[in-house]
Amino acid sequence: MGQQIINGLFLGSIYALFALGYTLVFGVLDILNLAHAAIFMLATFAALALVTTFHFPIFLALPAAVLFAGLVGIVLERVAFRPLRSRADSNISGLISSLAVATILEAVALEVWGPNISRFPIGTLSDARVAIPGGVVSRLQLTIIAVAVVMFLALTWLLTRTRIGREVRAVAESPRAARVLGVNVDRVIASTFFLSSALGGAAGVLFGLAFNSISPDMGRSVELKGLAVIILGGMGSMPGAVLAGFLLGLTEVFVVAHLGASWRDAVSFAGLFLILVLRPQGLLGAAGAREA
Amino acid sequence: MTERLADFYGTYQSTIGYIGLNGLLALSVYTTLSCGQLALGNAGFMAIGAYAAVLLTMEAHVPFGLSLLAGTLLPALVAVPLGLPVLRLKGVFLAIATIGFGEVVRLSLVNSEAVNGAQGIVAIPQKTSVGLIFAALALAVALLGRLKGSKWGFALEAIREDEPAARTMGIPTGAYKLSMLALGAALAGLAGALEAHFTFMVAPNGFGFDRVVDMLVFAVVGGSGVVFGPVVGAAFLTLLPEVLREVAPMVGIEPGPLRMAVDGLVLLLVILFLPNGIVSLAGVIRARRSGRRPAGGTESTR
Repeated sequence: MGQQIINGLFLGSIYALFALGYTLVFGVLDILNLAHAAIFMLATFAALALVTTFHFPIFLALPAAVLFAGLVGIVLERVAFRPLRSRADSNISGLISSLAVATILEAVALEVWGPNISRFPIGTLSDARVAIPGGVVSRLQLTIIAVAVVMFLALTWLLTRTRIGREVRAVAESPRAARVLGVNVDRVIASTFFLSSALGGAAGVLFGLAFNSISPDMGRSVELKGLAVIILGGMGSMPGAVLAGFLLGLTEVFVVAHLGASWRDAVSFAGLFLILVLRPQGLLGAAGAREA
Repeated sequence: MTERLADFYGTYQSTIGYIGLNGLLALSVYTTLSCGQLALGNAGFMAIGAYAAVLLTMEAHVPFGLSLLAGTLLPALVAVPLGLPVLRLKGVFLAIATIGFGEVVRLSLVNSEAVNGAQGIVAIPQKTSVGLIFAALALAVALLGRLKGSKWGFALEAIREDEPAARTMGIPTGAYKLSMLALGAALAGLAGALEAHFTFMVAPNGFGFDRVVDMLVFAVVGGSGVVFGPVVGAAFLTLLPEVLREVAPMVGIEPGPLRMAVDGLVLLLVILFLPNGIVSLAGVIRARRSGRRPAGGTESTR
């Protein structure tokens, strides 16, 4: 039982990190960034390359890969979102252009690293195990949960206590009003993409370390689960994304334990679908905000 | 000459068939796009149509025409109770809910022992001819073309441009949106039923998220403003890999990644510079030549 709870929290912390980046962009721009999963994947390969080719220790490779993911996010915004921002249908055309970028990034990864599963070399992280009441967990799992929690706290601090955080929230409320008040909207949107992609990249590296299976299409399953998480939490709601991420992680672990592995995804999508039909604002979302 | 033509046909029969099937699928996304709704449940509808037709053919031994009819009608019937709650959602929420529906259909099939789970059903008798596929496509184009010039078509356009305004004018927007969802479901189901009897097999993973993304990409690249746009987009993007397979050795990139990169690049360029699809290319060039700005907002007005 204790073991399963840790497993669930550990899976959930990765979902939560991924979804947090997803929902951040949605909250600010009302667009769904379908390239988020491709950045998740690309950051993992970047960390892998740093560890294998340049012999970085993982505690340096992780922040470097996260920074790299953030920079890719800024480029993504310039190429795929900014040119469309003045269009009336920018939420649908932005979804499509981000899909195009995702396809290109996946093609690049496929050409560079090939379709096979790549792995971190043995000894990248210690595989020591820790006894807890009710089971044994690896130190890696606990490290991942800790890294995720630190990143949530850092993001919360950034958004609530700093100037750029206040500007991000102002743009989310109304880009026009923010511009009138002297906020550099373009810069704020670029920062939002940097943050969002950095979170997605962090989720990717942690996912790669946790399952040690890295491939160009690794983002795909997480992409759809990330959607389930942000809908469940309420789109644009960051506490909601974290809560729903952990909820999904725990649910999956318990479904696998009690119903079998093949039901895992069915339960999350059935949940997603029911939420949208019965309570479209999600668990912590504001009512009446579904007009995006 | 005729021999070489027959040879060519033998080699490319499956590609030619897929041009038609993908055209039908692109039109199935176009139906909802034509009233401004991004509904992405069509891989699920396609799966329902395919499995229904296959089970009728193989288990009940009904005539093929009847299987096709059931494969077309059943998804449309499913679309009605699905659409009633789901079509109240707007924009990306509708997209996500319908993606969720599609995944639920796919994962239910994966978990159904009765239809052989993830392995799917094989050895389906081949009953679909290329001619039949194109007859179905022609029928769909004719139907949607008729719709466009009619009162019905103007109502759809009004809903696409401004839904609250359309409602104020007395257009029953809900009924229109629901019927377009059902029509799209019928087209997707028909394509699924035809495809299953064309390739001998169905499997749940053929109806995943990437399948509906393909359909959307066909429609957007071709141009979703006119009926033949999605058909042109489907033909273009179905032929592209065939061309790229020849080109790949010359540029030294594996065909798989090259195809994905070119697909992505085409989609990006179209959405950035040709929002009305490649069918609008000629018009845009003509407008550029005569010094006017092209219609459709390819230049941002900031």
